[in-house]
Amino acid sequence: MSLYYVQKFLFELNRDPRVQEAYRSDRTASLADYELTTEEVEALTQPDIGLLYHLGVNGQILMHFAAFHQIEWQDYLQRMRDGIATYGPVREGVYATTGYEGTEAHAASLGQSEGER
Amino acid sequence: MPLVYAGVCSHAPGITGRKDRADPEARDALYCAFDQMREDIVASGAEALVVIAAEHFANFFMNNMPSFAVGMADFYDGPIEDAGWLGIETFRAPGNRDLSRRLITEVMQTVDVAYAEEWKFDHGIAVPLHFLTPEFDLPVIPVNVNCQGPPLAPLPRAWAFGEALRRAADSVPEKVALVGTGGISHWPATPDSGKINEPWDRDFLDRWCANDKDRLLDYDDLTVYADAGQGGFEIRTFIAISAAANGAKGTVHFYTPIPIFAVGCTIASYKL
Ligand SMILES: [Fe+2]
Repeated sequence: MSLYYVQKFLFELNRDPRVQEAYRSDRTASLADYELTTEEVEALTQPDIGLLYHLGVNGQILMHFAAFHQIEWQDYLQRMRDGIATYGPVREGVYATTGYEGTEAHAASLGQSEGER
Repeated sequence: MPLVYAGVCSHAPGITGRKDRADPEARDALYCAFDQMREDIVASGAEALVVIAAEHFANFFMNNMPSFAVGMADFYDGPIEDAGWLGIETFRAPGNRDLSRRLITEVMQTVDVAYAEEWKFDHGIAVPLHFLTPEFDLPVIPVNVNCQGPPLAPLPRAWAFGEALRRAADSVPEKVALVGTGGISHWPATPDSGKINEPWDRDFLDRWCANDKDRLLDYDDLTVYADAGQGGFEIRTFIAISAAANGAKGTVHFYTPIPIFAVGCTIASYKL
């Protein structure tokens, strides 16, 4: 697992038009310089937003990757929720710190109902 | 000259990028509060706007992450995000390299900071500037506190950084305005986006207005994360402003949770 390099790629993609061009012309080849597992390469090339969130990618990086793929905002949020439902809780990184249990349980723990959002 | 302005405001890409989806009344009231903040800064006679932000992996990444960084360039480009997505056109904001250098030199007497001669503004700075200097005619000095990639500087260090910035601002002949921008509670860009812990925010703002150092520093990151989300880590920028205000008391001019903006939108300032 190499969350650091997944995020490093996304950081560089967000910043650098040359990386964007490389990714557009050959997604898999554009990842060659990063230490990634097969699962991570698949998540980045499909792209599988829900899996990337599950792997621990920070939303502040992930939302730009979603925008790059023209994924609409509500759709982006739903894909992350689906990712948690499909793959389980976030594995690593800042969101894994408190054993996060999903949006509904989280809202309840703050004394809120989902409707309040 | 002594610091001429110290305040805080929210930033979030939705404030400009998703403005058409917000409750129009709340949105317009927020925009109005931003306008008032701009007028207050102009009235202060500020010759430079120092923005203490918490950028989101636009320039600083875990390969080389500074706790504190200050820009030292004559111009800054932005936004790094897609202009259409953010709702802010491509811009070049003026800087002041010479002033930056003098401020950094003074800050370094007590706090180790990184400096950056190149900096692309993300929404964390671009959104405040869009309202506070829409013509980009006021020199900007960007400051960053790492609030994104833990380990993060402990809150007492954010306080010490704010004190150092105040000392530095007071030491230069220019009139400097200081604006912090950050959360309070929010879960930006996550499945919980739109969740806002209003009681937590209001309690934090009480501490902020009272400028009660002990209570402002009485948080730990695990509890902040649980109660206020990752976005809550950005209280470091607000706390730095409190320290820079040097005991002054504050007023909240605007606070309203606007879920589609993913944050309890806040405008507040200290009476220096
Ligand atoms: Fe932020």
